[in-house]
Amino acid sequence: MDQFALLLAATLNSGTVLAFAALGLLINERAGVVNLGAEGIMLVAAIAGFATAVHTGSDWLAFGAGAVAGAVLAAAFGILVIWLNTNQYATGLALSLFGAGFSAFVGIRYTQEKLGEQHTFHIPVLGDLPFVGPALFRQHPLVYVAIALTVAIAWFLYRSRAGLVLRAVGESPESAHALGYPVRRIRLAALVVGGALCGIAGVYVSVVYTHLWVEGMTAGKGWIALALTTFATWRPARVLLGAYLFGGVTMLQLQLQGEGVQISSQFLTMLPYLATILVLVLISRNAAFIRVNMPASIGKPFFPG
Amino acid sequence: MLKLEVRPEPSRAMSIASPLIALAITVVIGTCLFLLLGKDPLRGLAVFFVEPVKSVYALTELAVKATPLLLIALGLAVCFRSNVWNIGAEGQFIVGALFASGVAMQATPATGAWFFVPVIVAGVVGGMCWAGVVALLRDRFNANEILVSLMLVYVAEQLLNYLVYGPWKDPAGYNFPQTITFLKSTQVPKLFTGFRVNVGVLIALAAVAAFWVLLFRTYAGFQLQVGGLAPAAARYAGFSSRKALWSSLLISGGMAGLAGGLEVAGPLGQLTPHVPAGYGFAAIIVAFVGRLHPVGIVFSAILMSMFYIGGELAQSRLGLPKSLTGVFQGLLLFALLACDTLIAYRLRWKPARVAPVAPASAAPGDDAPLNPVVASTSLPARGGV
Repeated sequence: MDQFALLLAATLNSGTVLAFAALGLLINERAGVVNLGAEGIMLVAAIAGFATAVHTGSDWLAFGAGAVAGAVLAAAFGILVIWLNTNQYATGLALSLFGAGFSAFVGIRYTQEKLGEQHTFHIPVLGDLPFVGPALFRQHPLVYVAIALTVAIAWFLYRSRAGLVLRAVGESPESAHALGYPVRRIRLAALVVGGALCGIAGVYVSVVYTHLWVEGMTAGKGWIALALTTFATWRPARVLLGAYLFGGVTMLQLQLQGEGVQISSQFLTMLPYLATILVLVLISRNAAFIRVNMPASIGKPFFPG
Repeated sequence: MLKLEVRPEPSRAMSIASPLIALAITVVIGTCLFLLLGKDPLRGLAVFFVEPVKSVYALTELAVKATPLLLIALGLAVCFRSNVWNIGAEGQFIVGALFASGVAMQATPATGAWFFVPVIVAGVVGGMCWAGVVALLRDRFNANEILVSLMLVYVAEQLLNYLVYGPWKDPAGYNFPQTITFLKSTQVPKLFTGFRVNVGVLIALAAVAAFWVLLFRTYAGFQLQVGGLAPAAARYAGFSSRKALWSSLLISGGMAGLAGGLEVAGPLGQLTPHVPAGYGFAAIIVAFVGRLHPVGIVFSAILMSMFYIGGELAQSRLGLPKSLTGVFQGLLLFALLACDTLIAYRLRWKPARVAPVAPASAAPGDDAPLNPVVASTSLPARGGV
């Protein structure tokens, strides 16, 4: 029982990384831009946040630094794809490759550092409940922020005027432009917000999750987050659900390794990646279903005369 | 204010100048970076652009590193031209190396010097199998090839680790995660004694010619590119997009596998967890910087090889991390993409706010002409990540 509670807790913890990144990418894609640079953004933010935490000792400043780093990189990406009309896939790849190299370059002096003992969080009363206490109510605050953010983004997209405009830009930039909305600035804003969220996800990996910096430590989480938006058919609640599902697969895999199951650890490590492929296959099988749900202008550049 | 304006016709001159401008921008940023780090920028640049071409030995080492980059990038060029986004060449490279090693380990002291041939062929087959998975899932289940091919890189890495830590570990290797050193008969013949450079370079150069013919002198190559540039036109002409998907993925997978096989049967000579050196990812940049053109790719592969060697030298001589290579690679691709805008557009000085502009949507790619030179980054975008 205790073990199950711990597994549940760990699942929420690791799902939070994916949730932040995938929610950020969801906002991008709802505005019609695919950012394949998520992995690079996460890595740069992870080292920016880690370095900040090492020097200042403050987790919150670390998250701030990571969010800013993510927003800056996303803005650079945005200027290229929105104003210079570069190919979104190629530019995103460039960002991912640059991010991997740059973070490794900057991070080399931090490879020996380790963050001090983390505070444990504990919600009074609820955290003391048997079973659900350790499972649900002793998490890092950002775990709850991720849930609140999902609700907020869902409200924004479906209940607010600004969200309607954002979706319009993603569905038909021509119409939005004809109505007088600044399509390109809206897309840039969406990218900056998405980049900041990916940045927070990156910091979560280095500062909360592992307390250290390792080259390439996000290990494909940015790419898995990209797959999650498709899996969730671009809906916030499903993104969160998908993130926990993948967090669960990752944790289950680690748990099995810890228990010394008679399967080579390498095959267990493969699980999250294979699960991503499987999920993509299952969800994409019905092409019409994807087409109906996908923002219509996704990946396409918009060039107002 | 400065405005972008669609050129009546894509500029051929810009499409050749753009990589050079991009390189210049990268060098300028690199100089700033060296200054920032308190290193002599001239020494820094020399490490990247002079040292790798300074002696015969240096040149042969340059060729050793350029060979896999060239092979992989040639295959990727076919893929990108057909608008198939295979970004998992690294995984196909690894599986190629695994297959090749599997065969290489069958050699006995009695096998003849011909044995390197099946070793390399196994590499090709391995790469094709790994890319074939991507093609199958895309074709049969519509699964996005960008994500699937990338996920398979991680799977391939774990497969490699499993083999070198497990069944293929050298029993006499002091428990290091590595296979036995493969026998001499599995090794590709060297070109000169005393240098590591081998017949692989010649294979790569032959491949350049073969790909040029395929792309620009065969009907099949034409079909592939039409499918990439104008899917609607290709459908109308009856060109099969499924065929294009399969053939471009199998070709690029095969080339990445060939590169993996040649590494095993050449410079590496055994499997270790360090087989993936990032060639598969760097080759994406090589392909774009080389304009997805076989001849251009030769030059960009050499350039990227200089980045690799320069990074290693920067580590040993200047005390800078080797990952500097990755920084420069990323910067180069960024700069190239930005410069490429000037192929299809030109900058015009326009007085701000003349009149409300009609929303003319002239997205590049909608009317992109069939000009293979500018095909690189003005590919029509396809949704669905």
